[in-house]
Amino acid sequence: MAVERRGAAVDIVGLGKEFVSGQGRVVALDDINLHVAPGEFVCIVGPSGCGKSTLLRILARLAKETSGTITVEAPGWAIENAMVFQEHGLFPWMNVEANVGFGLMTRRVPAAEVAARVEAALKLVGLTKFRRHYPHQLSGGMRQRSAIARAFVTDPGMLLMDEPLAALDAQNRVILQAELVRIWEQTRKTVIYITHSIEEALLLGDRTVVMTAQPGRIKQIIDVPFARPRDLITLSASPEFGRLKLAIWQVLEDEVMRARGEEEA
Amino acid sequence: MKVLSGKARERLLYLISPIALIALWQVLLMLGIGDRRFIPAPSDIAQRFVKLVASGELAWHVGVTLYRVSLGYVIGAVPAVAIGLLMAMFKPVRIFFDPLIAALFPIPKIALMPLLLLAFGFGDASKVALVAIAVFFPVIVNTYVGASNIDKIYWDVAKNYGASQMVMFTRVVFFGALPMIFAGLRIALAVSFIVLVASEFVATKSGIGYLIWNSWELLQVDIMFVGIVTIGILGLITSVIFQEIERKAVPWKTE
Repeated sequence: MAVERRGAAVDIVGLGKEFVSGQGRVVALDDINLHVAPGEFVCIVGPSGCGKSTLLRILARLAKETSGTITVEAPGWAIENAMVFQEHGLFPWMNVEANVGFGLMTRRVPAAEVAARVEAALKLVGLTKFRRHYPHQLSGGMRQRSAIARAFVTDPGMLLMDEPLAALDAQNRVILQAELVRIWEQTRKTVIYITHSIEEALLLGDRTVVMTAQPGRIKQIIDVPFARPRDLITLSASPEFGRLKLAIWQVLEDEVMRARGEEEA
Repeated sequence: MKVLSGKARERLLYLISPIALIALWQVLLMLGIGDRRFIPAPSDIAQRFVKLVASGELAWHVGVTLYRVSLGYVIGAVPAVAIGLLMAMFKPVRIFFDPLIAALFPIPKIALMPLLLLAFGFGDASKVALVAIAVFFPVIVNTYVGASNIDKIYWDVAKNYGASQMVMFTRVVFFGALPMIFAGLRIALAVSFIVLVASEFVATKSGIGYLIWNSWELLQVDIMFVGIVTIGILGLITSVIFQEIERKAVPWKTE
């Protein structure tokens, strides 16, 4: 049997991020501490403005932290991370094939190998027939599948996903959630997944990180105890699922109320 | 099929007003309203047109004009696109070119003609240079605006997926700006004909502009009209070809 190759390990210690704006300093992230094990699927939930996207951008090296450290260990992985963006992340001027192969083309992978890997990735997400289509010719679900394929094809040690399914309708979301978990189970990459849906976090993740806003802090980290494979119907019926959902919801609700109170004061 | 015939019918309807205008023009002159020495009838112009085509004279002037326009257009547009993209990508380039563009853009380019005659002489070079300068500005401004308005997410995607500056330039910024580049090129096309014909009014013995101006000096009004109609037809044909190229080059543009 082949040795299982697990994804990257992440260690975030005392991470902070401040933005300087016209009104002064805005603390987007404050004292974030999080350790992610190789191959772990971590979901982050929180209200808008809690800095979860900023945290992901720092992990993707698209933004720089103000304080603290981030260590990513990805031994044996040529590419440390690949990000799946919320929406409109596909280049409108490239067809599906070119979009999916983009991260390989930039790294000067030989054309024949690009073709083979793109082929495999398209097969994985079921878009083989649409390889010559442009993004505007695809449905929202197909676009996000292309974006997921583009990330997977580079074979990164870690996948960073910023509400990748938020813009989809409920049916497509359920289908893609299942596909995502299937692909993740096959590849065992580390996944950091941002969502505003508590249900989605409990369905997908090994752990759920609950963040709060103003300043963005980690309020709670919850181990999701459900055995895999999971499906939403069975989970919804279990009392433990309802309990966790309610617990997270109460944390978030308190925070939203507190934030609103401060705004009005 | 029904859609096509509907579209075709609509196109035919568009011909009603120009045909009516030409018919009215012809009838008024045939009725003796207006002096045919100064205002030739459409039929006089058509006759003259056929003669000039048959003698090869018109083709010669058209050839010269097209040569000057296309050479000047390419010389002006290519660096304008390149510099416009670099301005959007690199701040030092932007700081260097911004004031130059702001200062030079408002100058009517035809005002430079005497200067260019001084620099390049009376041959084709001065006309080509004028077209190039006139084309340069609308193209560089549109390219720069197009490239700097590219959605920030595409820069992020490119960066996260390991794009070098070269890939950024050729695969992201260029294509992201392409719809706006084409808008600039279309403006430049119209501008290039305007400045070229005007420049051909003086200091040359060839080109459509010369044909129009020379026939004015000899009071051959029918030839003047032939020149005007010809330049109109050239403008129309080039803009149709241009639209076709744009449709092929920007396949992701919806509508």
